[in-house]
Amino acid sequence: MMRVFERPESLTEKQMHYCPGCTHGIIHRLTAEAIDQLGIREKTIGVASVGCSVFAYDYFNCDMQQAAHGRAPAVATGIKRVLPDRVVFTYQGDGDLASIGTAEIVHAAARGENITVIFVNNAIYGMTSGQMAPTTLLGQKTTTTPRGRTVHDNGYPIRMSELLATLDGAAYIERVSTHDPKHVMQAGKAIKKAFTMQLEGRGFALVEVLSTCSVNWGLSPQEALEWMRDNMVPYYPLGVFKDVTREEEQA
Amino acid sequence: MAKVLMKGNEAIAEAAIRAGCRAFYGYPITPQNEIPNYMALHLPERGGVYLQAESEVSAINMVYGAAGCGVRVMTSSSSPGISLKAEGISYIAAAELPCVIVNVMRCGPGLGGIHPSQGDYFQAVKGGGHGDYRLIVLAPGSVQEMADLTFEAFDLADKWRNPVMVLADGLLGQMMEPVEFIDREPQMVPKPWATTGAEGRKPNIINTLDIVPESLEKRNYALAEKYARIADEETRWQEYKIEDADLIIAAYGTSARAARSAVDMAREKGMRVGLIRPISLWPFPSAPFAEAADGTRQFLVVEMSMGQLIEDVRLAVNGRGVVHFINRLGGMVPTPPEIYSKIEAILQGGEVQ
Ligand SMILES: Cc1ncc(C[n+]2csc(CCOP(=O)(O)OP(=O)(O)O)c2C)c(N)n1
Repeated sequence: MMRVFERPESLTEKQMHYCPGCTHGIIHRLTAEAIDQLGIREKTIGVASVGCSVFAYDYFNCDMQQAAHGRAPAVATGIKRVLPDRVVFTYQGDGDLASIGTAEIVHAAARGENITVIFVNNAIYGMTSGQMAPTTLLGQKTTTTPRGRTVHDNGYPIRMSELLATLDGAAYIERVSTHDPKHVMQAGKAIKKAFTMQLEGRGFALVEVLSTCSVNWGLSPQEALEWMRDNMVPYYPLGVFKDVTREEEQA
Repeated sequence: MAKVLMKGNEAIAEAAIRAGCRAFYGYPITPQNEIPNYMALHLPERGGVYLQAESEVSAINMVYGAAGCGVRVMTSSSSPGISLKAEGISYIAAAELPCVIVNVMRCGPGLGGIHPSQGDYFQAVKGGGHGDYRLIVLAPGSVQEMADLTFEAFDLADKWRNPVMVLADGLLGQMMEPVEFIDREPQMVPKPWATTGAEGRKPNIINTLDIVPESLEKRNYALAEKYARIADEETRWQEYKIEDADLIIAAYGTSARAARSAVDMAREKGMRVGLIRPISLWPFPSAPFAEAADGTRQFLVVEMSMGQLIEDVRLAVNGRGVVHFINRLGGMVPTPPEIYSKIEAILQGGEVQ
């Protein structure tokens, strides 16, 4: 009999704490599969951030550091600069990366830091009970925008991938989604590519993964996937925003 | 080895490289700029990494990352920058990562000024960041000690898996004095806990989160126990003419230099005055003060801050002696004649507190 499905070696056996309908677990798995496929588990150092994925250090079966809120790109820089032949990745939410940690992510990208960033955008602060995130959509209700986010009060949601893609140091930036199996497959490919870029020494690679937070969105798991598809994907278009390998081919 | 004439800040940088520092992450701020400048010039050619971070917040988190990999790493800054590093310092202490943090103090609060001060005493020895943690804090009093204590700071950091702060000030950083570098190998220790890639072993995790109260309480007690052992083994101070003294001055760093001259001036006039100079500010050398406080002596605290060191001296003296106070602020440095006048007023004028 052939095994067609098993736990990636790069995930521990620890049971994940994520809520039903949350896609953090899927994104962990995609990340672990990429590490397995590239055979780099024993030379990978991951950096967990602060948010619902704060326990990622218990789930990834590789060396891990847990960083302060927003600081994962700085911690990853500190690691990568002293161990340039290791593979270093961060795993960050949108509050972590696009709000408190904007300086760190922008400058890591600007420096062309040779690291891989998995950026999980669920348009909300999950861990602290559903407050507005910098990526919360206009009109979206959160515990701190109880009447819906307005431009007047809160300004516009940030499109981080587009913003970071303007920086010369960025080698690869892609936005993917997890709202159906086809898109999950594409997300897996993008994550693997983001690690490959690092192995090739090309510089900063980031994959923004649109993700659900059914509990804080107040939706069932199925409804959450549909809401993501119908509301997030239009505002956060999927695709490749920067790929230096493509630019090379075209040149 | 021959002595070389160097600025205090440069002596710190050179001593760090000799101590095996292989990564420096910093952000410019006066009056410590000679440290990153020296590192940028010399560290790469001596096998290390120099990187200018986008902020002190980033710099200290880069230190966290590199320290977690087992590399000897340092950052330096001055007062406002140390405030920004406070969060990261708390994480580094909690994760028990060895590193060296230099604070070449300037005057505050706020943006303050760029002249020397000792206003960050509380920040350095009582916390600064959140939670129950301690830094080993070493206070050099000369360019020679800037070098020596920085070198030793790396060994202490590794020995105790604890961040060590070298607390200097703008005067010590900028002054030039002859210095001779410690002629021994740094004491490197194995770091099996470091995250270097889990090759043929279980993953290592550098972490400060523990949401189970019973478990976090244990962790806090374990840290406290470590801090108690550090206090036992690493407390340092220097005594100067205290044996027969009627008045003992307490001062560290730049203040202690002026205080020592004032002691000599007073001695020439036949007044029995001595000096206790704390070198480790944490752990604080309470013992020499407690011993001296036999009920017959008075004390005088000299500091470039508004009554910070004096709190630790009072705790050590514990009511068994009057504790007088003289200070300068805002970048002003106490002079020997000023301190001498105070001594005279206390011993001859019968000044009471
Ligand atoms: C300095 C600091 N500020 C605030 C917090 C509280 N906090 C914890 S998680 C979080 C939000 C995380 O949101 P996000 O990055 O979007 O991740 P998610 O929980 O949605 O996965 C906040 C504000 C903290 N831990 N540290």
